[in-house]
Amino acid sequence: MSGTRAAEPAVERAPARSTARTGRASGPAGPAFWTSRRRDVLTGYLFVLPQLVGVAVFVLLPVGMAIWYSLHDWNVFTGKQTFVGGEHYAALADDPQLPKVLLATLLFSGGVVIVNISLGLLIAVLLNRKFRGVTVFRTLFFSPVVVSVVAWTLVWGFLLQDNGGINGLLATVGIDGPNWLKQGDTAMVSVILTQVVRSVGINMVLFLAALQGVPRELYEAARIDGANSRTVFTRITLPMISPTVLLTAIVTIAGALQSFAQIAVLTGGGPGLSTTVLVYYVFQQAFKFNDIGYGSTLALMLLSFVMLLTLLQWQLRRKWVFYED
Amino acid sequence: MGGVRTGRLRPALLVIALGVLAIPFVVPTVWMVAASVKPLAEIFEAPPSLWTDSPTLSAYREAFTFQPFARQYFNSVYIAVLVTLITLLVSSLAGYAFARIRFPGANALFLVVLTGMLVPSEVTIVPLFQLFKSAGLINTHWPLILVTALAGPCALATFIMRQFFIALPVELEEAGRLDGLGRPAIWWRICLPLARPALSAVAILTFLASWNLYLEPTVYLTSPDLFTLPQALTRFADSYGGPMWNTQLAAATMTVLPMLIVFVLAQRHFIEGLSHSGLK
Repeated sequence: MSGTRAAEPAVERAPARSTARTGRASGPAGPAFWTSRRRDVLTGYLFVLPQLVGVAVFVLLPVGMAIWYSLHDWNVFTGKQTFVGGEHYAALADDPQLPKVLLATLLFSGGVVIVNISLGLLIAVLLNRKFRGVTVFRTLFFSPVVVSVVAWTLVWGFLLQDNGGINGLLATVGIDGPNWLKQGDTAMVSVILTQVVRSVGINMVLFLAALQGVPRELYEAARIDGANSRTVFTRITLPMISPTVLLTAIVTIAGALQSFAQIAVLTGGGPGLSTTVLVYYVFQQAFKFNDIGYGSTLALMLLSFVMLLTLLQWQLRRKWVFYED
Repeated sequence: MGGVRTGRLRPALLVIALGVLAIPFVVPTVWMVAASVKPLAEIFEAPPSLWTDSPTLSAYREAFTFQPFARQYFNSVYIAVLVTLITLLVSSLAGYAFARIRFPGANALFLVVLTGMLVPSEVTIVPLFQLFKSAGLINTHWPLILVTALAGPCALATFIMRQFFIALPVELEEAGRLDGLGRPAIWWRICLPLARPALSAVAILTFLASWNLYLEPTVYLTSPDLFTLPQALTRFADSYGGPMWNTQLAAATMTVLPMLIVFVLAQRHFIEGLSHSGLK
C-alpha cells in the first residue's frame, strides 16, 4: 500500500482528523462534569494503559537499570555494587575483542540485509505474474518463516557439517566442499544464508504487495514509449516500491542485529570470534562471565545502533514519502 | 497484477528457475522429516538420500523418554496461545485509541510505545532478570508470558493495529455512534470485526515470536519440566555431550510439522494478513 501512500499522502490523514471532529461532537451531553468529550479522553487513557504499563515496566525501567549497571561494578557473588563512573565505557576502547565483534556484526547484518533484500525482490518479481503454480511457489518460499528458528538452524547445522548433506551433494558433482562451520569466512556465509532463507519470505510478501500497488497505467505508458523491461524495472518499479524497500531494509538490519538463536545454535560465535556478533557478545559477558556492568555497556551500544538506524529510516522516509502526522 | 508486463520469461523457464531457487527453502525440511525415521547409521550416508529401506520410529520414542518432551511441547503451546490472546486484546485497545481517540499526550505516548517496539530484548534481559529474581519469578513461565505479551512483540502489534485503524473509514463507526453506542461498544462490535486482517497478522507474528523465544527461556528457566521447545531441542545430547542426531531430528520434526500443516491449510490468510500488516 505504500505505493499508493506515496502517491496520495492525504489518504491517511483525512480520517484521523474527521475522527477527532466527530469524537467531540457526538453523543448526548453527559452530566455536568462527565461531558462526552471528557469521557472520551478517559476512555483513550484506559485503552492505552495496559500497553503503556507494559512498556514502562518491561522496557523503559530495564533500560534505565542498564544505564545504572553500566556505571557500576557488580560482584554477582557478594551482591556488592561500586560506582565506577565511565570506566566501562572507557573499557570499550581497550577491549581487544570488540573490533572483531563489531566487524562480525557489520559483516553479518550487512550480509543479511543485502542478500535478503535482493533475494526477496528477485522472488517477488518472479512471482508477480500469473502462471499456474504461482501459489505453490509463494507457499514454498514463505514456509521457512513458520519453521521454528532453532529447529531450522539445527537442521542446517547437520547439513553444513563436514560429512553433512551439502558436502555430500557437492561430492556427487566432484566438488570437495569445505568444513563450512569450522572456518571463519564460510561460517559467516553459513549463518547469513541460514538466516536469510528462513526469513526472506516475509520480505517477499511485503514486496509482492508493494509491486501490486504500482498503478498499471505507468507500465502501459512506459510500454507505449518503447521502454524495455530493464528500464521499466529501474525507472518505474524500483522507485515506486522504494519506500517498502527502505522500510524492509531497516527492519531486516534491526532483526539481524538481534539474531541470537541462529548464532548460538549454529556456530556458538565461532570459530574464534568470527561469528560472535554483538548480541552474542553481550550474552557472553553478562551471563557467562557474569560481568553485568560491561555487559550492560555493550547492550547500550547495541541499543544506540538500533536507535540510529531508526532515526536514519525516519529521515530517509520523510525524503521519499509524506509520512502521516 | 501490476507486473504482468515487466518481463517476458517463458512460463516453463520461469517454473524451472523458481524450482531451483526453492531447493534451499524446501529440502532442509523434507530432509529433516526423512532423516528422523532413518536408523542412526544412515543419517550421514553419502550421497545424501531422502529414502530409507528400514524406517523406524525409535527416535520419536527416545525423544519422549530422554526429556519430558510432551510437557515441554505443552509449555510452548500454552505460552504462545496465552501471549497471543493477551496481545490481541492489549494491542487492539491501544491501537484503536491511538488511531481514533484524541487525548492530551497521545503522540508522546505513542512514541513511548514505538520505543518498546525498537529496544532489543538483549538490552533489557539483564535488568529484567534482576527484576524477576527479586519478584521470585525465576524458573517460572511468567517472564516469558509477561514480557512478550506486554512489551516488544505487543508494541509491534499496537503499531500494526494503529496503522490499520487509521486507514479504516471513520464513517463505519458513525452509524454505531448515532445508535448511542459508547467507545467500548464501537471498538468491540464495529471495529474489531472489521479489523480481521490486521488481527490475524498480529496473531501470526505474536504466536511466532513467542514460539521462537530462545534467549529468554535459556536465561529464566532451569528445570527441564519448564523448558519450551526451542530450548529443549538443543538439549538432546548424550552423557558425553555428543548430540543425539536422530532424536533431535525427530523432536525438531514434531516441533515443525504441525505449524507447517496449519500454514499450508491457511496460507492465504497468513500471507494476506501479513500484506495488510502496515509494515510496508
